[in-house]
Order: sequence, then C-alpha cells, then structure tokens
Amino acid sequence: MVILNVVIVVFLILCALAIGKIKDLLGAVILFSAYSLMMSVLWLILKTPDVAITEAAIGAGVTSILFFAVISKTKRYEK
Amino acid sequence: MNDIIIKNITRIVIPFAQIYGIFVILNGHVSPGGGFAGGAIIGTSLILYTLVFGREKGRKKFSHKASEIAETGGILIYVIVGLIGLVVAGRFLTNLGAGFPEGVIGNIISGGMIPILMIGIGIKVASTMISLFNLLIDEAI
Repeated sequence: MVILNVVIVVFLILCALAIGKIKDLLGAVILFSAYSLMMSVLWLILKTPDVAITEAAIGAGVTSILFFAVISKTKRYEK
Repeated sequence: MNDIIIKNITRIVIPFAQIYGIFVILNGHVSPGGGFAGGAIIGTSLILYTLVFGREKGRKKFSHKASEIAETGGILIYVIVGLIGLVVAGRFLTNLGAGFPEGVIGNIISGGMIPILMIGIGIKVASTMISLFNLLIDEAI
C-alpha cells in the first residue's frame, strides 16, 4: 500500500509540474483531468470516499468541460 | 458532433448516470455521497447530452426557464424546511425536535429531514452545473 501511495504522489507532482510548463492549453486541461482522477484515487486510499466521489465528478468532469468551453472561445496556444 | 457511435453510446450511458446520481442523493445520509456529489453527477449527464446532441436539442430538453425554476425551487426547499424548524422549535434547521420522524437507523427513510434537504441540494446543484455550461457556451466574445 505504501508503494501505491508513493507512485500516486509522484504522479501528482509530475502532473502539477507539467501543467505549469506546457504551452498547449488543451493538453494542460487534459493533464489537470488526469491529476484530478489520481487525486480521487488517493482520497479513496485515505478513507474519505465522500471527497473521492465529489473530486471525480467535479474535478475530472465539470471543471474540465468548463475549461474546454473557455478554450473553444479563446486561443489554444499560449504565447 | 455527427458521429453515430458517440450518439448511441450517449443514449445508453445517460440513464445509468442519472440513476446513479439519484442513488447517491437518496443514500446521502447513510452512505458516502450526498446532495452535492449526486447533483454534480446528474449535471454532468445533462452537460454530456448538450455536448453530443447540440445546443438546440439541449435547450429543448432543459430550457433556461426550467433551470431558473429548478434552482430557486431547490434552495426554497432548503429554506422552507429550515423555517419549519424555526417556527416549531425555535431554532433554524431543528431536526427531531420539530417533529420530523426518526425512522429506523440505516434505512432510506431515517434521519428526520436530512433526505429532504439532500433532494433540494441535488436539484440546485444539477441545474447550476448545466446553466454554468450554457452561459459559457452562449457567451459571445
């Protein structure tokens, strides 16, 4: 279980660093969605299934869709 | 989107998502979940319908007027249930002291007024999600 925790936390850190570095905003939103999904697995391991359900629905679902809607109205690439 | 695979898969998936959302809302007081999480699941299924079948069909299914009524109705359920506690027992959101039935612990009908509050919160959150998405899509820049 400890190894799974370490793998998930390393994945989260890499995702967060990549979101800051990447120039393609669509890719940034997809990375953020992957971050939220892994975060919900981590909440489940930490024995808070309530927060895990909310994180999976809000973080990985609704937030990504709202960001996609905003990107479709503006530009995709960061200058 | 004019893809037949996406349309048919969406037709199959949406009822299951909405049933699961209703399940999470109704079991909010005896298991993980609650009004907010279940409402978010139902709102996500409505957003999926609008994404796949287009804005016009989505507006026909869940119009702006219906969204207004659902949002105000959801929050009114919460306030009215709270005011019942205020009138009967003297404090806002009084639960068992105001005469709500206690029920058997572990059943769906238990915990006094908590299921009613959960239903109100679920309606409010679901309609808020879909109207946020519609506002962002309709906004002209």
